[in-house]
Amino acid sequence: MHQFLFLLFGAFCVGGAINLLIQRKTINSALSLIVVMGSLALIYLLLGAEFVAIVQVIIYAGAIMVLYIFVIMLLNAGQEEDAKGSNVAKIFGIPGLFAGGMIGIWVLLQHRPEEKLIPIGALYGPADKVGMMLFTKYLLAFEVTSILVLIAIMGAVVLARRSNS
Amino acid sequence: MIPISWYLLLSAFLFACGVTGFLIKRNIITLFMSIELMLNGVNLSFIAFATRLGTLDGHIFVFFVMVVAAAEAAVGLAIIISVYRTRETLNVDRVNLLKL
Amino acid sequence: MSALTFLIVAVIKIAVTLGVLLTVVAYTVWLERKVVGRMQNRWGPSRVGPFGLLQPLADGIKFLLKEDLTPPYVEKNIYLLAPGLSLIMALTSIALVPIGPVIHLFGISTPVQITGVVNAAGQPSDINVGILIVLGITSLGVYGIALAGWSSNSKYSLLGSLRASAQMVSYEVSLGLSLVGVLLMSSTLSLSGIVHAQLGTWFGFIPQWFIFRGQFVAFFIYMMAAFAETNRIPFDLPEAETELVAGYHTEYSAMKFAMFFMAEYANMVTVACIASVMFLGGWSGPSLPFLPVAVQAFLPLLWFSSKIFFFLFLYIWIRGTLPRFRYDQLMAFGWKFLFPLALANVIVTAFFVAIRA
Repeated sequence: MHQFLFLLFGAFCVGGAINLLIQRKTINSALSLIVVMGSLALIYLLLGAEFVAIVQVIIYAGAIMVLYIFVIMLLNAGQEEDAKGSNVAKIFGIPGLFAGGMIGIWVLLQHRPEEKLIPIGALYGPADKVGMMLFTKYLLAFEVTSILVLIAIMGAVVLARRSNS
Repeated sequence: MIPISWYLLLSAFLFACGVTGFLIKRNIITLFMSIELMLNGVNLSFIAFATRLGTLDGHIFVFFVMVVAAAEAAVGLAIIISVYRTRETLNVDRVNLLKL
Repeated sequence: MSALTFLIVAVIKIAVTLGVLLTVVAYTVWLERKVVGRMQNRWGPSRVGPFGLLQPLADGIKFLLKEDLTPPYVEKNIYLLAPGLSLIMALTSIALVPIGPVIHLFGISTPVQITGVVNAAGQPSDINVGILIVLGITSLGVYGIALAGWSSNSKYSLLGSLRASAQMVSYEVSLGLSLVGVLLMSSTLSLSGIVHAQLGTWFGFIPQWFIFRGQFVAFFIYMMAAFAETNRIPFDLPEAETELVAGYHTEYSAMKFAMFFMAEYANMVTVACIASVMFLGGWSGPSLPFLPVAVQAFLPLLWFSSKIFFFLFLYIWIRGTLPRFRYDQLMAFGWKFLFPLALANVIVTAFFVAIRA
């Protein structure tokens, strides 16, 4: 059951990632990235990280990707880009990459050490424990990140303003 | 029960797709989206190891990676808007005024 | 409870809840037309059936039979995806809302909540991060509007959808922050836990809801942010007929337009459910011992329904009364007034919770 769920959501991730590469319109790439993020959130749930899964949906799929879609809409980036790559590279490169990847994976899987299996259903990353760690052990990083976000907001506002000359 | 190497393989595949997209694509926005894909792949790796080791430090790191990704997306998209306003194009090959 | 039993019970709960929700959505439209009509000193729909009660049925048949035309230059896939996305997000949040306490039927005890089970100690429990899931679904609801405007390939749609998305994203922040005060006081993120933190009464008849325990300001912030989230008056500039033709759903006809329409009213119902759970105690209310026992079994459902009805009536009342904001006034209100107020509410609530601990 666990394997079936992982294979299902993993297939969505892989499909979304490949679709991002092969689509010519930008908006379709953005939508496949949203699919990747959604299925990653479900995989985080399989791994027991419930808080991170929901935060992934809220922040990544719900705010960052909305920002990307906004910019695609504002700049009318629907035009298909011109791909000026050599055809030889495409014909030999993509199967070669695939073959190299498979060989690498096979080699790695032969030599892997004793593995611990991850059970399903153990949700051990609740919000209160994560929050407690954020505010005690990683307090400095938390505060510095908030200043970073403030600087990013100021930077974005300054950069996107039309210069009135 | 799944061995952890499956999660790591998925994470590596996502990261590889992100790198490939970054190298192949010519549209600035798609480049940035490939960067986000790379960050997502890395996040999966962190969570998988956090579950393996039984601690929550991986979750905290993923939280910070998401915050940094949000900040970077905001500033990056503002830069893209400025580039579009001056150069009228979204193709990175055309932003070549400094080329010899 | 075995897996098969859980599955069957869940399917029954989903079917019943969805049926009730869709009926409520249809009759909210009827209620709005009636109430706004009476406020404007005219009858609302009154010909189709007694008091116009069959009007939603007539509307449904009209939407089904209207010509479903697709304009030629739209982006086909996204055009078809957008209303479905909007409706899915609007209908999904109801799965987390606790509608009633634990009921025992045919030997199975389960809380009246799609995602609720009874754990080993006999207590109802649901998803640990319930309220965050609701906020996540609200965040995903922006996509339906953004993609609808983009795919329609027309000026008015694009402008309307950009404005609507910017408005929704801005007011999401205040929405979430206004709920943080409640979360501080209940110290749990699960919705049934929040309802349980509000059980009990003072003096036997004043219920211990969070709105009476100091979250009055947060309640008003939540209501204002919710009005903006669901694109209702006074924040409905993006879809006002006199402003932008019809905003992001200009190019949609028949069933797809009906999906947007239903999605808007389903969002209203969802917001009303969350407001009643967080601030007004969900299904809790003073128990009235002078009623017969058969009615007392339904009393929590009755309390919940009356709270939802109160919120829907509030929505419709405000729609009939207030003018709409201009867009820059709307954004200034969201960022310069609501957001600092929500932050101040969080700080004051945290202060009081820390003092009491």
